[in-house]
Amino acid sequence: MINLSLKRLTAHFDQFLLGALMLTLVAALFILYSASGQSMERMTAQAVNILVALAVLWMFANIPPHHLQRAALPLYVLGILLLVGVLLFGDVSKGARRWLNLGVMRIQPSELMKIATPMMLAWYFAKREATLRFSDHVVGAVMLTLPVGLIVKQPDLGTSLLIGASGFYVLFLAGLSWRLLIGLGVVAGAAIPLVWPLLHDYQRRRVEILFDPSQDPLGAGYHTIQATIALGSGGLAGKGWLNGTQSQLDFLPERHTDFIFAVFGEEFGLVGNLLLLLLFSVIIARGLVIAANAQTMFTRLLAGSITLTFFTYAFVNMGMVSGILPVVGVPLPLISYGGTSLVTLMIGFGILMSIQTHKKLVTS
Amino acid sequence: MPSASELRNPLREQHYFKLRLIAAALVVLICFGILATRFSYLQLVRYEHYQTLAENNRISLVPMVPNRGLILDRNGVVLAHNFFVYTLEITPSRVENLEETINALKELVEISPSDHKRFKRLRDESHNFESVLLRSHLSDEEAARFAVNRYRFPGVDIRSRLFRHYPLGTSSSHLIGYIGRINDADLKGLEKNGDLSNYKGTDHIGKAGLEQYYERHLHGVTGFQQVEVDADGHAVRVLSSAAPVPGDNLVLSIDSKLQAIAEQAFGSRRGAMVALDPASGEVLAYVSRPGFDPNLFVDGIDPESWKALNESLDKPLINRPLRGAYPPGSTFKPFVAMAGLEAGEREPPFSISDPGFYMLPGSSHQYRDWKPGGHGSVDIQRAITVSCDTFFYGLARDLGIERLAGFVSHFGFGRKSGIDMDGELSGLLPTPQWKAKRWKQPWYPGETLITGIGQGYTLVTPMQLAQATAILANNGVAMRPRLVSSIQQGIGGTDEPTALQTMDRVQLKPEHVELVKQGMTDVTRPGGTAASVGAGAPYNIAGKTGTAQVVGIKQGQKYNEHAIDERHRDHALFIAYAPAEAPRIALAVIVENGGHGGSAAGPIARQVMDYYLLGKEPSPPALPQGEAPEATNAQTEPEPHD
Repeated sequence: MINLSLKRLTAHFDQFLLGALMLTLVAALFILYSASGQSMERMTAQAVNILVALAVLWMFANIPPHHLQRAALPLYVLGILLLVGVLLFGDVSKGARRWLNLGVMRIQPSELMKIATPMMLAWYFAKREATLRFSDHVVGAVMLTLPVGLIVKQPDLGTSLLIGASGFYVLFLAGLSWRLLIGLGVVAGAAIPLVWPLLHDYQRRRVEILFDPSQDPLGAGYHTIQATIALGSGGLAGKGWLNGTQSQLDFLPERHTDFIFAVFGEEFGLVGNLLLLLLFSVIIARGLVIAANAQTMFTRLLAGSITLTFFTYAFVNMGMVSGILPVVGVPLPLISYGGTSLVTLMIGFGILMSIQTHKKLVTS
Repeated sequence: MPSASELRNPLREQHYFKLRLIAAALVVLICFGILATRFSYLQLVRYEHYQTLAENNRISLVPMVPNRGLILDRNGVVLAHNFFVYTLEITPSRVENLEETINALKELVEISPSDHKRFKRLRDESHNFESVLLRSHLSDEEAARFAVNRYRFPGVDIRSRLFRHYPLGTSSSHLIGYIGRINDADLKGLEKNGDLSNYKGTDHIGKAGLEQYYERHLHGVTGFQQVEVDADGHAVRVLSSAAPVPGDNLVLSIDSKLQAIAEQAFGSRRGAMVALDPASGEVLAYVSRPGFDPNLFVDGIDPESWKALNESLDKPLINRPLRGAYPPGSTFKPFVAMAGLEAGEREPPFSISDPGFYMLPGSSHQYRDWKPGGHGSVDIQRAITVSCDTFFYGLARDLGIERLAGFVSHFGFGRKSGIDMDGELSGLLPTPQWKAKRWKQPWYPGETLITGIGQGYTLVTPMQLAQATAILANNGVAMRPRLVSSIQQGIGGTDEPTALQTMDRVQLKPEHVELVKQGMTDVTRPGGTAASVGAGAPYNIAGKTGTAQVVGIKQGQKYNEHAIDERHRDHALFIAYAPAEAPRIALAVIVENGGHGGSAAGPIARQVMDYYLLGKEPSPPALPQGEAPEATNAQTEPEPHD
């Protein structure tokens, strides 16, 4: 009986994916302890976040994909309305307007859009499956630009980038033509000089310093320089857990959030970094396999987009910490401190598991 | 119109989709490949470069610790200040063999075993790369000797650190308190209040007394300097800076001279004294004896001194004015009398004829008066003056415990005075509800009787007793007692007086107040229980003696002071205010195991009042027992020891 009910409870877990996620989360707790200056309090807080996120994962794994498909449009519309609400009535913190105070609670609608946007696009392309035309890609692009534009306005460069990527992946997987892709790339390259004056000062500054961090060693470049020193001085095997001088002395800013990877790299070295890359690769590979085996257009596109968005998170964060990408506010997925982004990620993985475990037996 | 090619074949479409996935997987591989290459470049190829950079991180954010605010008495006498001292410090991560290094250092600089022990303890508490204190207060000569030999000791540095110093030493130690090294519990508190960044570079935090209570004011705001440092970690160039804001100075209402006189009057005896200005609530003297040297704690106390202080039978670390709880004894009687009068009991011309004991109806148990044979005819005023137990037994019984406790609580009994210091106890004002809850027992009538003479469960702190006296002197108006009279913001900054606060106001009939006050004034006149205290004083003193039993005496037995161990002797209490007509000072004195209130505690009060009101200093040498020099022989009656 107990066995049976346990089986029922875990029926929609993808054990392979779950195992890889749990491994990463355990590593995350260890590194957080070090990065937070050995704060038991912070570690406990994150452990609670993880438990909540796992519960959410389980919940979403048990929602059959066709329910999600039905919810796609309403969720998207709700998200857009909330984003407009943020722009009009949002709370300002740290120079950005990202939160909406609903009286009972404060919410960050951009988080909702991380899931709702790819769902909406996947829903749209699934609906037009039989008669897909170029114009549908245009419609999709508009559906994508709307939330991305609203979030850029907040301004939240990191999140808009991630949502933009998640939508782009749907477009790409739905068969956006290669010629167009390459054409767009060329146009985008040409557009840089045109977009440049439209960027915020701080965004421009970030791009400038990306190419030459030494330009501003005490200001914006400080993050990058200190993070690179932390990584580089970690060497092959690292300085050992809790022994990173860059991290433990106060050289590294935001070391338990966006720059936690620098702590990881300093204390666990190249070996640790490559292992982490491997772990992420395993998660991504499993996601892509789930996408490949998915049965409907909607689930295929959604699974692919979720997986590739996770990849984008990891790549952008590690790239920015190691100094090859500009510093945008993207946390290291599953590892950075914070509950919100963790829950959003786990919703994504829950959907992946749901897609994998709700397959109908069909003969083809 | 959809053309034929746009009508998709599901299988072919899935195939296309898989191709796209493979393309995406390739992108993932390439991107992760780039990352792996980048990591290898940073962590293998450029490892040494970054290793060097990390070791000598060139840009360092150096906190600039603000000067801690000074603590001054009401006349500007410095009670706590800062000065720079040279310290010898070791960064363990940069030293190969710690023991060898320390042994070699011993040839240049004196390092005592306790320095060594402290170093080991501090090292356990800190990170490897933090500088750890080995020796403080280096002399100029020692500093110079080390400087010459510095090349031999990589990882050992001379620093100049700001130290806290308490010039008065063991005087006023509980009042001022002390600072000590920030520990884990302090860190947690700082983190909770969001003050952590303001304590970067700060090693010390207020741990006791005013240093603790006013930590926020005293600490100041930490500044920051961004500096370029050389390979040894020494600053070469300042790139930018934000100056620290020094902490506020505290100006106390305390008169340190008055403190000193009171402390001398205590001699080697244990106890406490609090003196207040009844009209403002300002604390004029705050004495807890024995004291300790707070300077011991600043540097991290060595284990021997700690053991000596902590295990001493005299308990020097207890902040007695706030944390010593004593039975009030007969000093409770004026307040019980006030309760009786206001409740309409015992208003003149009521009087009793005292046979020397009191019996509850239907019981043969004798509640004895301290004076065998009794005081004869006693009205309420005389009951206070001669401290007649029999009178108060009856009064307490007629009032009942609820009415009694309810009324005297207006004088601050059973609750905290609200003084500006942490750790205050609220004492105990017993009620039947309290007893039922605490002891699960009913309240017995006899307990009401002994509560009426300040014995039984009732407990007061010296602070409460002084406050109650001040409230009485102030005709029922309670002012919040405060030690700090103003807070000075920095040098030449504004001087912010702390607020005068009225806490409570009891409506008392002036003629009732007059009766009680007159009874108390007669206490220090011939015929009163503390006639010796008032003898020769050019102003009138209203007072009340008290004696608090430490060991119980059996029915029919006699208390013999000389037959019992010194630590089992009664506590001596004395409360007073003066001048009786227009009070400027109200105080409470407790001498632990001092015997009689009038002879042990009274003279201390007299010396304090003489200095405060007349500027008169006690003539040295003070008598060892602190007995008033002009003691009259007129008073031959035994002292009360109820």
